Amino acid sequence: MLEPRLSTAKLTTLTIIGAAGFLLLWSIAAISGWTTREFLPAPWDVAARFAHLVTEPFAGFTLFEHLASSFKRFAMGFAIAVAVGIPLGLLMAWFPWVDRIVSPAFDAVRFVAPIAWVPFAALWFGTGIGGPVLIIFMGAFPPVLINTYRGGKHVDRKYIEAAQTLGASHLRAMTEVLLPAAVPSIVAGLRISAGLGWQSLVGAELIVASSGVGYLMVKGQAAVSTATVMSGMVAIGVVGLLIDVALRRVQQVIETRRGI
Amino acid sequence: MATINFSNVERVFRQNGKEFIALKDVNLGVQDREFVAIVGPSGCGKTTCMRMAAGLEHPTSGTVSVAGEVVKNPGPDRAVVFQAFALFPWKTVWDNVEFGLISLGVDKAERTRRIVHYIALMGLGGYEQAYPHQLSGGMQQRVAIARAYVLDPKVLLMDEPFGALDAQTRVVMQEELVRLARRYPRTVLFITHAVEEAVYLADRIVVMTGRPGTIREIIDVKKVREAENWDQHPRIEDVMDQPSFVHLRSYVWKLLRDQHGSEVH
Repeated sequence: MLEPRLSTAKLTTLTIIGAAGFLLLWSIAAISGWTTREFLPAPWDVAARFAHLVTEPFAGFTLFEHLASSFKRFAMGFAIAVAVGIPLGLLMAWFPWVDRIVSPAFDAVRFVAPIAWVPFAALWFGTGIGGPVLIIFMGAFPPVLINTYRGGKHVDRKYIEAAQTLGASHLRAMTEVLLPAAVPSIVAGLRISAGLGWQSLVGAELIVASSGVGYLMVKGQAAVSTATVMSGMVAIGVVGLLIDVALRRVQQVIETRRGI
Repeated sequence: MATINFSNVERVFRQNGKEFIALKDVNLGVQDREFVAIVGPSGCGKTTCMRMAAGLEHPTSGTVSVAGEVVKNPGPDRAVVFQAFALFPWKTVWDNVEFGLISLGVDKAERTRRIVHYIALMGLGGYEQAYPHQLSGGMQQRVAIARAYVLDPKVLLMDEPFGALDAQTRVVMQEELVRLARRYPRTVLFITHAVEEAVYLADRIVVMTGRPGTIREIIDVKKVREAENWDQHPRIEDVMDQPSFVHLRSYVWKLLRDQHGSEVH
């Protein structure tokens, strides 16, 4: 590191200055008269609206109920992405022929934005839970697969040779050597996945859902309540951050145990 | 009979369209329960010999067989101790030692019995639940040796197992391996570039020279060791003071130097 390390106190101060500065600029912009409050609500407008949404149902549910509904879809899509992505990534890393079969199709499909699946989500699932789950899956799946595959591929050759000379079966080589060796890479992939999945979710709910934070935001837009839309944005941001913090914690625990 | 046989082994590498002969005319028979060390300068193909016996590489022509069967794939009947230890960092000492036993289908009670025995024998008691990164280099290599011995393999293949250790630890490990090898004689193929280590440990020494890798001479150390009763000295430095040891060491050294001068230390 070129710069000397900053103390925790200094780092905290800088974080507070950053956040306060952002809120200050936002407030100035909102009350300056450059634009109407409906165009850009002030932070306290959003806070008031947020508090209101927490207690009073809007678009059928309270904010936390919308969040719970969104989180459930996210958890399902993310869980399926992990349940498919990790085993498939390990198979691709261990068997070159699986790699050859899967890679071409996967490499083409992963460049399609998750939102592009909305027409099919609507067609196949209507407003049922399957639609958003499909879109979240499309967002969350590629990073899990890619990171599992790369982590497995880059396992130090000596561990594979050790496993082979110790008579490990294909299954044990994948689950007891490739998988644990790839864990740091997989967890890094999960963080990217969760981020993309959570982002895709809101996009999906804007179109194919009758509850959830995205749905709340669409209804807010229809009611020309920008404070409602922004309350949704805040909720999304905070929950996204919490998911990332949780996964980062998992990452740290694993790295400490490994002595990295 | 757990023998290792190299018969007319040749290994050719191709790089950028050019052929490079790594090993040529290698003929060697390791007898049942014999400890054979291969010494030679780096690049003489000694590690390749070990890897072929392990099934991790294959000869271009000729055959390598273990216990009469031509080696095709790696397997737990030919346990390997690697220079870089290659312990699984995500497994405890106990789980590392247990790994190969599970492959062999050994039942739980018998696994426990054997692991306890070898952990005690290698002085690892109390470290069963430690992870490799919590252990010193010498301790890690003890785990690697326990992981190999616990399988009761037909042959043990060791690729410069003490090469990554500091000088003091290395001496202790050499003494322990001698103790282990004399108490539980095994068929061992031991690769090293350290002449003293080879003379101290081996029943026979295979001296190799490089480019292409060939066997220069095979020296019977066991005959001298038993005649001079080296094993009465528990410490390596006392063995190394024996005139017979000094003589053998100089002899091996000269064989290597005649070919390669400064490459050997």
